[in-house]
Amino acid sequence: MRLVCPVCGERDRREFYYQGAALAQPEGEEWGPHWDDYLHNRDNPAGVTRDMWQHEQGCGAWLIVTRDTVSHTVLRCDLAVGARA
Amino acid sequence: MRVEDKGLIDRDRPVVFHFDGREYQGFAGDTLASALLANDVRMVARSFKYHRPRGVMTAGSEEPNALVTLGLGAAQEPNLRATTVELHEGLWARSQNRWPTLGLDLLAVNDLFAPVLGAGFYYKTFMWPRAFWERIYEPVIRRAAGLGALSGDPAQDRYERAFAHCDLLVIGGGPAGLMAARAAAKAGADVILAEEDTRLGGRLLAESEEVDGVPAVAWVEEIVAELAAMPNVRIMTRMAVTGAYDQGTYGALERLAPEVADRAHAPKGAFWRIVAKRTVLAAGALERPVTFAGNDRPGVMMAGAVRAYLNRWGVVPGRSTVVFGNNDSAHRTAADLQEAGVHVAALVDSRHYARCDLDVAFYPGAQVCGTAGRRGLEAVTIATAKGETRIAAECLAVSGGWNPSVHLACHMGARPVWDADRLAFLPPEGAVPGQRAAGAAAGEFSTRACLESGLAEGLRAASDLGLKVPKMSVPSAGDAAYDIFPLWQVPGKGRAWLDFQNDVTVKDVELAARENFRSVEHMKRYTTQGMAPDQGKNSNVNALAVLADATGRGIPETGTTTFRPPYVPVPIAAMGAGAKGKGFAPERLTTSHAESVARGAPMIEAGLWYRPSYFPRKRERTWRQSCDREVTMVRGSVGICDVSTLGKIDIQGPDAARFLDFVYTNTFSTLREGRVRYGLMLREDGHVMDDGTCARLGEQHYLMTTTTAAAGQVMRHLEFVAQVLRPGWDLRMVSVTEQWAQFAVAGTQARDLLNGLLDEPIDDAGFPFMGCGPVSVGGVAGRLFRISFSGEHAYEIAVPARYGAALFKELVAGAEAMGGGAYGMEALNVLRIEKGFITHAEIHGRVTAHDIGMQGMMSGKKEFIGKPAASRVGLLDPERERLVGLKPVGAVKELLPGAHLFDEGAEAVSANDQGYITSACYSPTLGHVIGQAFLRRGPERIGERVRMVDHLRGSETVCEVTGVVQYDPDGGRLRG
Amino acid sequence: MRLSGLRVLREGLTGNKGWQAHWRDATPKSDYDVVIIGGGGHGLSTAYYLAKKHGITNVAVLEKGYLGGGNVGRNTTIVRANYFLPGNSEFYSHSLKLWEGLEEDLNYNVMHSQRGQIVLFHSDGQRDAAARRGNAMRNQGDDAELLSVAELERMVPYLDYDQARFPIYGGLLQRRAGTARHDAVAWGYARGASDRGVDLIQNCEVTGIDIENGRVRGVQTTRGAIRARKLAIVVAGRSSQVAAMAGIRLPIESHVLQAFVTEGLKPCIDHVISFGMGHFYISQSDKGGLVFGGDLDMYASYAARGNLPLVEHVMEAGMTLMPMIGNARVLRSWGGIMDMSPDGSPVMDHAGIDGLYLNCGWCYGGFKAVPGSGDAMAHLIATDRPHPAATGFRLDRFATGRGLMDEEGTGAQHNLH
Repeated sequence: MRLVCPVCGERDRREFYYQGAALAQPEGEEWGPHWDDYLHNRDNPAGVTRDMWQHEQGCGAWLIVTRDTVSHTVLRCDLAVGARA
Repeated sequence: MRVEDKGLIDRDRPVVFHFDGREYQGFAGDTLASALLANDVRMVARSFKYHRPRGVMTAGSEEPNALVTLGLGAAQEPNLRATTVELHEGLWARSQNRWPTLGLDLLAVNDLFAPVLGAGFYYKTFMWPRAFWERIYEPVIRRAAGLGALSGDPAQDRYERAFAHCDLLVIGGGPAGLMAARAAAKAGADVILAEEDTRLGGRLLAESEEVDGVPAVAWVEEIVAELAAMPNVRIMTRMAVTGAYDQGTYGALERLAPEVADRAHAPKGAFWRIVAKRTVLAAGALERPVTFAGNDRPGVMMAGAVRAYLNRWGVVPGRSTVVFGNNDSAHRTAADLQEAGVHVAALVDSRHYARCDLDVAFYPGAQVCGTAGRRGLEAVTIATAKGETRIAAECLAVSGGWNPSVHLACHMGARPVWDADRLAFLPPEGAVPGQRAAGAAAGEFSTRACLESGLAEGLRAASDLGLKVPKMSVPSAGDAAYDIFPLWQVPGKGRAWLDFQNDVTVKDVELAARENFRSVEHMKRYTTQGMAPDQGKNSNVNALAVLADATGRGIPETGTTTFRPPYVPVPIAAMGAGAKGKGFAPERLTTSHAESVARGAPMIEAGLWYRPSYFPRKRERTWRQSCDREVTMVRGSVGICDVSTLGKIDIQGPDAARFLDFVYTNTFSTLREGRVRYGLMLREDGHVMDDGTCARLGEQHYLMTTTTAAAGQVMRHLEFVAQVLRPGWDLRMVSVTEQWAQFAVAGTQARDLLNGLLDEPIDDAGFPFMGCGPVSVGGVAGRLFRISFSGEHAYEIAVPARYGAALFKELVAGAEAMGGGAYGMEALNVLRIEKGFITHAEIHGRVTAHDIGMQGMMSGKKEFIGKPAASRVGLLDPERERLVGLKPVGAVKELLPGAHLFDEGAEAVSANDQGYITSACYSPTLGHVIGQAFLRRGPERIGERVRMVDHLRGSETVCEVTGVVQYDPDGGRLRG
Repeated sequence: MRLSGLRVLREGLTGNKGWQAHWRDATPKSDYDVVIIGGGGHGLSTAYYLAKKHGITNVAVLEKGYLGGGNVGRNTTIVRANYFLPGNSEFYSHSLKLWEGLEEDLNYNVMHSQRGQIVLFHSDGQRDAAARRGNAMRNQGDDAELLSVAELERMVPYLDYDQARFPIYGGLLQRRAGTARHDAVAWGYARGASDRGVDLIQNCEVTGIDIENGRVRGVQTTRGAIRARKLAIVVAGRSSQVAAMAGIRLPIESHVLQAFVTEGLKPCIDHVISFGMGHFYISQSDKGGLVFGGDLDMYASYAARGNLPLVEHVMEAGMTLMPMIGNARVLRSWGGIMDMSPDGSPVMDHAGIDGLYLNCGWCYGGFKAVPGSGDAMAHLIATDRPHPAATGFRLDRFATGRGLMDEEGTGAQHNLH
């Protein structure tokens, strides 16, 4: 698998760290269903998904990758900065 | 036997080799298979289950029968296909899966019991008595099963890993691949042409035909010369592309020629990762057998393989040959044999309408229905409309049609598409992005059609790449239409083989269908059809046809099993090249490494780092003696310890302070410049991630330290917070772990030692406890932090890494002059347990701040990462296991980390489990064993007694629960 | 038909004509007491124990492909009970006990082989963690032994004890752990369930779940509507999609886990060996192939295939741990889809909708759980109460933080377990 880092260009998968679904962190300090959803529950689509990766072995940028979980087609790689999840 | 004037072998270079201890001679250019056939060695192997005699069947890597073992000792390589082993001087091959010899194999008795050893018999028996499975049945089955053997010695690590990028990867160097590579290369594309065989040409090397008005081999030479001269073409022979992966990535196994690989220090091969923008799959097609009784005898071969042995290697596998098929391939074999002067005893064509121009005994509409011969074919029985006829023959050349090599088009999960005209599965289109099939792999079976489709796909790839497409024409070549008539199995009484390697017969598949293993996957798994080393390359389509027949379905409805990488088996040593021994992971060394080693310190792994365990001195015979001395040294005078492996992250910017407030549970914006604070960091799920100190070096400048283990994780986390959670905040961070060498200087005389080295002396007012600031040591600008992981008056001094080695030596020398010295990880651990500090033995990922008694560090006045999740009821439950100290009651006994705790008098079972010990050591300071433990309601139970039970090590001790801090609980020594 | 060695002999001598289908292919009826979605190991064992232990036989198992086509047919066949956290510990202990009587129970040879599993450790800290685990296993009543390097050298002489990047400090041995023939487990349960009247329905994909007034009524399938009083979702690898049909968003992310097998070899590895530092584990099948695997590919995926970075990492781990396997050649690689949960442990619970039950989140530990899961799931469905050995698998533990079972200590990131 290869991803196109917007900073560095196309790189092999092993340069990247995968974290999980790209979700907006809830506001507030009170524990509740919104926090449970954020931390635990997932749409987990068989198809197009958006997830968080870091170009850890490269520039260090966190990326939002839009890709297909069935075909592994990568549709977009965007910098997370400025593209709030 | 060898035929004069035929073949591409070098008859001027005879090669001596051994098979099963006997000496034979072949020629340069031979494979082991061709050389054995030339020497009339027909039986070369035994089958997997019934131990039936088997001979060479094919001329390629798909060979199911002729598996041999090469080499001895660590160089022993089992299961090599004789058909791909290049003959070379000193080659020493053995047959395998037989005992005691190939000729007399006692397990051949299995063949007699075949009626009870049918598909899946083992699921129905061996159940009684229960204990016999592990003790008797399984060991016997295991010993009988398996093919070749590993030596048991460490394999020589003689593979490399390599990487390549190209515009176009052409897989296969036959007529289609050559044309595709040439077309794209002429358009200017960067081309890799990968060919599994030792030379380019594909089927053209095996046929007697003309291309472009010249013999095909000459045409190949011409094209190869042209390609070789182009700077944008890389020809890679002996290169088997093994798998198709995402975004145009391919795996490939390259073997080096034996004469190269045999050189000292030369690799045997390389595993490649190739990234291609476009790929042409020109992998050709494999001929398939016909299923009839006795079709597994040595001498029964593929018709195309017989032509290959004749035309390429000048070998015929028998003095008399019967040719049998359902398509024109059989006729070509008969014609080539006849032309070479070899006796063709009969040409049997199952097509009733077939005609034959050759002067041979021709049987249209007939079928081979049986064979005879114990260790090699002696006669063939054919069934014609008039009845059965027996014909003497040593070789039976069979063609059941051709299967395009669709594997690499199907590695991403797509299924091949059945073509009812060609009676073959074709590659699915678009199944692997960027890849298209050409030539026989795409179902084009005439040479002319292969050339044409190769050219078209080469040009198409060039055009897709945005290159200007050159004008090129297709050379003239044979363009006979492919004519085939369905023939999968010949009805008859005897056993007819489908999977030769796994001994799967038609009866097995029929039995599977009867027992309701009707899905193709069930049939495969129940009978093991297609699971042998050839992965069904020779047998799957026939087996599907038999299953389709048995279940009353068509072949396309029956479907195929999944095609999986690798296309050819790949040695673990090749894909794991470089990892043997220390190569598995990088080694990180501190600046004091050499000095520590010179002082005899055993170096132990700490993540990727190496750290000294202890520094042995004369007359110290155990690690404990050294450790106790080092602890006493720190408590009594001064000790030096390299702490550079701790993560160091430099954080700067106007929002650095609020950033730290957000990532730590406690507050850092209130920290004064020149001061250090201990910080606790949670994961978003509310559990402790890491701890460490953080120094404020300037108004907008902090230096965070992390534990050695979590340095990478913390850095990634901070970047996540900065870039994703709080992207608007203005700060930057960088890891400076490698840039600074840092040493703990700990003990009552720490300041005295430092003042002997620093350019300006320090005092308690300038550097109070938890103070920090710049210092100069020997003119080098460094940093000094008054922090302690030992409980003593202590500092950590940091200098740029290039001065680390020198500073360490000076510090140790100075300490030694004061009665102290260097200390290692063992002493560090004892010091911190005495003082009640924690490591990842305690913060192991499942604990909360509350569990480690740091609930007070969770600020109520601000938001911080993990705060909401940490407030879940389950994380605040008073019944949770919480951190305490332990000491044994009465005479000093051992405390064992990993032992569990129980109430006194309670049985040591799960239901009574009260907790477990995380860390323990002998404290030379306190004169007894101490430990840390997680205990249910721990802090409420200080002073109580609990029982430690370690079943594994047979140890039991009654302990008293204490506070976590067992040494200097008031902290007076830190400030002293 | 009772299977035995005698029967095999008699059939062999009379032309093998008497063998019958191992299970019935049923056509769906319109109405069942219990419908189980998923004909994998867990679904089939659930059906079996419902019929056997609870007498509930008006049961259908709906499988969209072929029986046993999911992870029960594509794992590395390891059976063990070496968990250390409450919840997991008692469950896997229970499951292992069921394994130990499985052949007699099913009258089907699933080749459960208690050849022993050795988990290696490579530092003092890892030894302490192994000891904590081993003692928890012993507290639970299971077997565990701590092996010294000298003992390891006698048992498994082919490991690299001298040169390895992460030297071996010892191992945690469970002698009762081992392997089983994975497909046979599915077939044995299928046969047992079918014999007791359960309808096994292949090529039947569920396309919708009917819920009325907070109660399950049945399912829509590619073979028509089927009414059900109780419905169980037992579809590891597709849990999120099927649960979504009931409006449930699960704490699961799907990941691909690859596995590998070599060409057949004469016996050379007699145990299951696990190498934590390299995320590598290996055993040898009775046919002779080395069966091994490693970590997840580490990105959410429903493609039952992986990529080269992980492939190479697994091979590297094998080479550093036991370089004697270097000349063994990988014959086949494949992938399965894992239900990764936030704490690495499964969910077996009511779904919060009357009559609907969930069984999911087994991460990559589902195979050894097959008997225990079936038994506990059947108990849950039949009695509406959790089985005593499976009380910890609650769905609400993530929301409450109570009883989290994070054996790896990696926290709520699905792929890290």
